[in-house]
Amino acid sequence: MSVVANRRRHAPSAFGDDLRRFWNLTVTLAVTDFKLRYFGSVLGYFWSLARPLLFFGVVYVVFTQVLDVGADMPHYPVYLLTSIILWTFFTETTSGCVQCLMTREGLLRKMRFPRLVIPLSVALTALFNLGTNLVAVVVFAIASGVEIRATWLEMLPIVALLATFATGIGMLLSVLYVRFRDIQPIWEVVQQILFYGSPILYTAGQYKQFEHALVTVNPIAALLTQMGHAFVDENAPTVVAATGGGVRFLVPVAIIAAVFALGLWFFTREAPRIAENL
Amino acid sequence: MTTTATHLPGSAGTTGSAPGPAVAVHNVSKAFRLPHQQYHTLKERALHPFRASTYDVLQAVDDISFEVAEGEFFGIVGRNGSGKSTLLKCLAGIYDIDAGDLRVDGRLSPFIELGVGFNPDLTARDNVMINAIMLGLTRQQARERFDDIIAFAELEEFLDLRLKNYSSGMTVRLAFSVAIQVDAEVLLIDEVLAVGDAAFQQKCFAEFQRMKEAGRTILFVTHDMGAVERFCDRAVLLEKGRMVDLGDPAAIARRYNELNFGRTVHQLAEDDDEERFGDQEAQIVDAWFEDLDGNRVVDAAHGVPFVAAIEARFNADIEDPIFGFTLRNDVGATIFATTTDLAHGATGAFRAGETVVVRMEFQNLLVPSEYRLTPSIARAGFGADALDLRADIATVIVHGGHFTGGVVNVPHDFRIERAG
Repeated sequence: MSVVANRRRHAPSAFGDDLRRFWNLTVTLAVTDFKLRYFGSVLGYFWSLARPLLFFGVVYVVFTQVLDVGADMPHYPVYLLTSIILWTFFTETTSGCVQCLMTREGLLRKMRFPRLVIPLSVALTALFNLGTNLVAVVVFAIASGVEIRATWLEMLPIVALLATFATGIGMLLSVLYVRFRDIQPIWEVVQQILFYGSPILYTAGQYKQFEHALVTVNPIAALLTQMGHAFVDENAPTVVAATGGGVRFLVPVAIIAAVFALGLWFFTREAPRIAENL
Repeated sequence: MTTTATHLPGSAGTTGSAPGPAVAVHNVSKAFRLPHQQYHTLKERALHPFRASTYDVLQAVDDISFEVAEGEFFGIVGRNGSGKSTLLKCLAGIYDIDAGDLRVDGRLSPFIELGVGFNPDLTARDNVMINAIMLGLTRQQARERFDDIIAFAELEEFLDLRLKNYSSGMTVRLAFSVAIQVDAEVLLIDEVLAVGDAAFQQKCFAEFQRMKEAGRTILFVTHDMGAVERFCDRAVLLEKGRMVDLGDPAAIARRYNELNFGRTVHQLAEDDDEERFGDQEAQIVDAWFEDLDGNRVVDAAHGVPFVAAIEARFNADIEDPIFGFTLRNDVGATIFATTTDLAHGATGAFRAGETVVVRMEFQNLLVPSEYRLTPSIARAGFGADALDLRADIATVIVHGGHFTGGVVNVPHDFRIERAG
């Protein structure tokens, strides 16, 4: 039993005063959401895969049969599917976070608990989905004849960095939405720009100009480029090459860290007053 | 206004070192900004970057100080909008405070609303686990206490039913059972008990009583003075965010009633739309309640006799008029009615221009509630030949006594004998 003695001003905070409870709550909320999605309908798992898979199918047909986009990369379909799945995770986390505080208004106004639990649980649910989807990706990759290599392990830090980036943005968006309700359409537009500005449908090798600059300033481009090299095709450029060599590959990592830090700082600052501002 | 911690039965030194207060509130203030024009979007903000946003400040809680000793049952009372719920939310750590110092020593369980976060699409089993974790139990503890929770709620047969198929009563029972299993040292209770049927409310109060006996500290927000007098050791009265009074629950209940109903008496007397009958050959000028010393009162303690009085003026010569008193309770049911004809007999002859005051002293067997007096004057004889009748022109609040759910407490004795 935790006894919190002499706590001055015990306003709600981002983390609360018991990290175990913080973690317990995050996992519970995430697992509940995940369960509801999967067990709510008979074909739960199928539906969660259906959207990215259908999208993949359409893009695959158009880009390989009609436009011949992926010619420079062997196993382009595997790259395409993987990048779509990773992108789906990114959008699920960020757009899920936009309204997450609003949808949990009842909890926020009636209970004392660490506020950060809410956006984190959104990210965690998306991460569970990503996990199940990646199983399908691996099956598809092996079936397509992609060679199993030790560099596949690089997917772990890649996913971790992507999750950090998405969570950072999510924290930022969730508290911004409390103040500005038009964050949602604005974020949709930004997502569109990010989508077409990142090598999802195409590969980083196909940027006609500013290739180095684009990969350097866009963490998603950097992560997907490295994913292409590590997971799909060892001859594809690494992130180091794509950013122009040297330590420039650290720029996207620094951007991720900065966005996360900004999101965390902003969320922590706003946390005590979220309940009354909703 | 400052208060000092007082010695209370619950806080008797069981531990070696003198325990500090379980809850300490020092000069706490909380204001809400109510913008005149709120910019809800970035677009609006960008279009009017220099327009100063004006707002009103609502001082919901204003410089409040009190301490609650460990093991105390403490009432926070006030009318709607007095700031009591805001204060409770500050105590619960949901709202940040603007100024002052607020300490809660020990684990806190807020009963601000039951079943927060219940998901209708999940089974009772899942909801109990989630809710218990939300309230601060670990997964392990939640599993261990699961059976107790279900047993208390008496819902063993419906464990795997989805919550959307539960009746609202069942849901509340489940929520309450979870909430009390969270072994908090300090409980904050908002008027959650307004829900549920009488039997369940009884069970809730019994549970609170048990918790109190177990040494828990309880802060109870309500405007039910009956409950305050029954359960609280002390209470604080808030009005417009400020602290009006702090102390003995009976005294607080009296102050509350004065605040609330003192005006009502006045208003009723000046009401033009009042129900009035009779040919006005005698007129009721005033009616009121008073104590045995003749002081007018708006409240009365259960068990202490008091007086209902009417003042009447005669506009014609009347012989043996009948004075009537009817008391109705808050829901309009007649609780008690009497007339001089029934209980007194002849009243005498009165001339035009004379005034008379008729007093009726009676045993206060009334349960805590609000009562209204309808005085009447009628001519002697058969048939209700009314001279004047003014409905509900005086009000009295009865407090104290046991809350039984009945309308009166008739004096009684028990005799228990074994048969055979």
